Amino acid sequence: MAADKKFAGYICTGCGIGDRLDVKQLETVATREGKMAFCKQHEMLCSAEGVQMIRDDIEKGEATHIMIAACSRRAKMEAFHFPEVAMSRANLREGVIWLRPEGEEHQETTQEMADDYVRMACAEVKFMNVPQPSGEQGLTRSILVVGGGVTGMVSALEAAKAGYQVHLVCFESELGGPWKDLYKRVPFRAADVDVPNGNNVDLPQPEDPGVAELAEQVQAQDKIRVYLNAKITKTSGAPGRFSVDISTESGSTVTENIGAIVQATDFKPYDANQLPEFAYGKTPDVVTNFELEKLAKEANGGPIKRPSDGKEVKSVAFIQCAGQRSEKEGHLPYCSGFCCTESIKQALYFKAQNPDCDATVLFDDLRTPGAAGEDFYRAGQQARVTFAKAKANEVVQNGDRLTVKFRDLILDEDTEMECDLVVLATGQVPNSGPDPYAQLAVEEAESEEEKEAARKALEVAPPSILNLDYRQGTDLPHLKHGFTDSHFICFPYETRRTGIYAAGPVRRPMDMKQAMDDAVGATLKAIQAAENAARGAAALPRVGDLSYPRFRREGCTQCKRCTVECPFGAINEDEERYPQFNESRCRRCGTCMGACPVRVISFENYSVDTVGQQLKNVDIPDEFDEKPRILVLACENDAYPALDMAAQAGEELTPWARVIPVRCLGSVSLSWITDALNSGYDGIVLMGCRRDDDYQCHFVRGSKMAAERMSKVGDTLQSLNLEPERVALYEVAITDIKRAPQLINDMAETVDKIGMSPFKF
Amino acid sequence: MSNTQMIEKYRTHFLREVEANVEEGEWVKMCMQCGVCSGSCPLGKHWAHPPQEIFMMIRAGKREEVLTSDSMWMCTSCYNCIVRCPRELPITHIMHGLAHYAKRLGLVPENQPTAKFAQLFWDNLMKKGRVNELKLGLSLYFMNGFAEGVKTSLARRKLGMNMVKTGRMNPMEILGGHGVKDLSGFKKAIQKAQELEDARIAKQGA
Ligand code: SF4
Ligand code: SF4
Ligand code: SF4
Repeated sequence: MAADKKFAGYICTGCGIGDRLDVKQLETVATREGKMAFCKQHEMLCSAEGVQMIRDDIEKGEATHIMIAACSRRAKMEAFHFPEVAMSRANLREGVIWLRPEGEEHQETTQEMADDYVRMACAEVKFMNVPQPSGEQGLTRSILVVGGGVTGMVSALEAAKAGYQVHLVCFESELGGPWKDLYKRVPFRAADVDVPNGNNVDLPQPEDPGVAELAEQVQAQDKIRVYLNAKITKTSGAPGRFSVDISTESGSTVTENIGAIVQATDFKPYDANQLPEFAYGKTPDVVTNFELEKLAKEANGGPIKRPSDGKEVKSVAFIQCAGQRSEKEGHLPYCSGFCCTESIKQALYFKAQNPDCDATVLFDDLRTPGAAGEDFYRAGQQARVTFAKAKANEVVQNGDRLTVKFRDLILDEDTEMECDLVVLATGQVPNSGPDPYAQLAVEEAESEEEKEAARKALEVAPPSILNLDYRQGTDLPHLKHGFTDSHFICFPYETRRTGIYAAGPVRRPMDMKQAMDDAVGATLKAIQAAENAARGAAALPRVGDLSYPRFRREGCTQCKRCTVECPFGAINEDEERYPQFNESRCRRCGTCMGACPVRVISFENYSVDTVGQQLKNVDIPDEFDEKPRILVLACENDAYPALDMAAQAGEELTPWARVIPVRCLGSVSLSWITDALNSGYDGIVLMGCRRDDDYQCHFVRGSKMAAERMSKVGDTLQSLNLEPERVALYEVAITDIKRAPQLINDMAETVDKIGMSPFKF
Repeated sequence: MSNTQMIEKYRTHFLREVEANVEEGEWVKMCMQCGVCSGSCPLGKHWAHPPQEIFMMIRAGKREEVLTSDSMWMCTSCYNCIVRCPRELPITHIMHGLAHYAKRLGLVPENQPTAKFAQLFWDNLMKKGRVNELKLGLSLYFMNGFAEGVKTSLARRKLGMNMVKTGRMNPMEILGGHGVKDLSGFKKAIQKAQELEDARIAKQGA
């Protein structure tokens, strides 16, 4: 192979590069040290003419591996788009001249920085190859929708409309999910724009729920196959080639080929038996918001009657946030987000159907999301629903009536009221499967006790929904409170299992309208996943990347680090217990590569060598030159862009820094750290994304895995007799424009204090 | 607490009474309890119950407490609250409406200065069809008894003299003073207004 590689360098002299740097010297570095067969200059490389110059060389077969020394790799990506060759980029603009002050006294160190970046880019490209699609799967135009609620139905209809075959698995005997008992729904639209404030104006009112119509549409769509009373007994494969076993009503099992999956399993109503303080279970006249829908449906437009004696309700109290937004044992710590408007709607039932009925809503915060939100609140007020900011403490039976004791938070007093019926605004409990990390915990436990505790925790876990045949467990990982993680910060719907999308209340609490919108989004993502898989292209955030990890089987020690650490559960184990990569499940983060202790995992264009050779090719001046070198490994998603933006904003960076972007901090191999320390770097700064529950890591767990691994760097430093301050790991956000360069400058100061590394040759 | 009072808590009886009897009372239900009015009122911190609270009290069914309160009498008609209320409630008018309704029901707190002044103003006005400022001023000074009246008058002596000097006040007005040209016409107009108001109350209160 090596013989066919043709290396070519291109240096841009525009954007001030030619004025600030000795380009002749850069050219010499590229050809002499970097071993580029030739190196060309252009005064504006990204112009049509400059690009054409490169393209000509490629077409003539004179360049298969190109090194472009110009702006940041994040700039001019459309211009420098040569998918047919391997390409590296030396960041001279943002990385050097914009971060360094002008002036004679800085010239030497600035030029050295630029020389190094050219050396690094030349070294990198030498170890890069052009990635080819894996060809592991073709285009499978079918979507599996799991869950027969409104979310699932909308998802199925959307996929069908896009021409996809849909398999809709509904666990119950009819479609509708937790919404099927709805009498009416919260309106979807706001009042007309010209409706003013007023006390007698035209405001949105509860409307027909439309669930039955949706079910009819689903049944009538011949691209949708509905499985009622069905279960998924096994899901194996990967996007583009999932194989799903559906156990049907009749007891038989069908196996379907699926391109991508939408999990729309919605929510389960909160169990109000955990609310004895509100007399739930003690009297039938205390009902949940879910149960009230049934009462309203039974009343069928007539007066709603209370369950105990069938008396027409003359007064009703709604207790908001019942068992919600509370840290108490058995309560939900979060806001379910749908119950405020739900209570407004239900109070309006009484106003419309029960003559002279009073309805009082005891709320702490009234949260009315959605287009109709505030207008719907006004509709309730206009109908004389009494809204009282209050904290309900207790409901007691009082003859044939109920007394609600509460604190009025506006009037600031403990008080009470009487009514015929109490409605508890209870919340949504996500209908997720068991968390795979709870399953893995049993295996990963280090002591018998830990193992036992992990097993106990598993016992109360919900039954599996997807039954994934994945090394890392049967279902989608959770984030908080049992909700299926959907990377809500960067990529909504995107779960931690590629090609399986979460829609609706299974990923966060929401109302019906939001669930419907969610279903559309998730379905489009699922279709995109099926199509990406067919091309062998990655999903977010490395959209379109064709590279994927491969491992050298002979070198593998079966340590299982990669199969356990992959944030996306992409790697299975084959019969011989070797890792089995699934290209279309992979997001190309490189965490497996960083995890592998024997360094046998690599990508065509990203490997232990592409980075390792960069850091080795930096020129390390000897100790007495007093020119320290600081290696910065910066996450390409947040930290590296933050540094680029710092450059644009005119921030200054120490001339000792050499920054290498990495796909994710998770991809950082400990060997890079050891190599760097051994070759005389004076400090190392690692920059990744936030990694706790409110993580911002684009690869979810990459940053966390890196932090765990780096906790072991201490040993290396000790064995080399180096100060622990020489290696620092930081969480950096893309907005840390001042902080990111500052952290590196701080390291320069630290080095200044503790002295140079003794490992220079 | 009597049983009926208990049953009426957080019920709409009193709200409906207010809607029927108080000017702009139909707006009370639309208050969203943001408190902007209370925060905007220059005298708000001196009110026992600022407007937001009054509206909540109405909805909590606190009839006695609202109607006997002196809060709504504190309103100076500065209109700050109206300008700022996000729900555009005519708060100032509602405050005056509440005061007026309390007055009709004989529930005004004893010795409420604003209420007293309003009565003096009305009585003064009704005599001649125009306000006799000299007499109104004096009756105001003597509102709380003779001794205090003398004290206040002495304290404000200089102001009075200056007003006389600059022609702002005619001391002769103390002798009866002049009235509107058509006093009986004025009285008829007032009577007509009273009839209309009574009819409105009779109709709404029913
Ligand atoms: S939507 Fe309203 S009732 Fe429901 S939890 Fe949130 S604040 Fe409470
Ligand atoms: S760790 Fe990252 S790169 Fe490796 S298989 Fe998993 S998703 Fe792909
Ligand atoms: S400003 Fe308006 S809405 Fe807000 S508390 Fe006052 S009256 Fe109510």
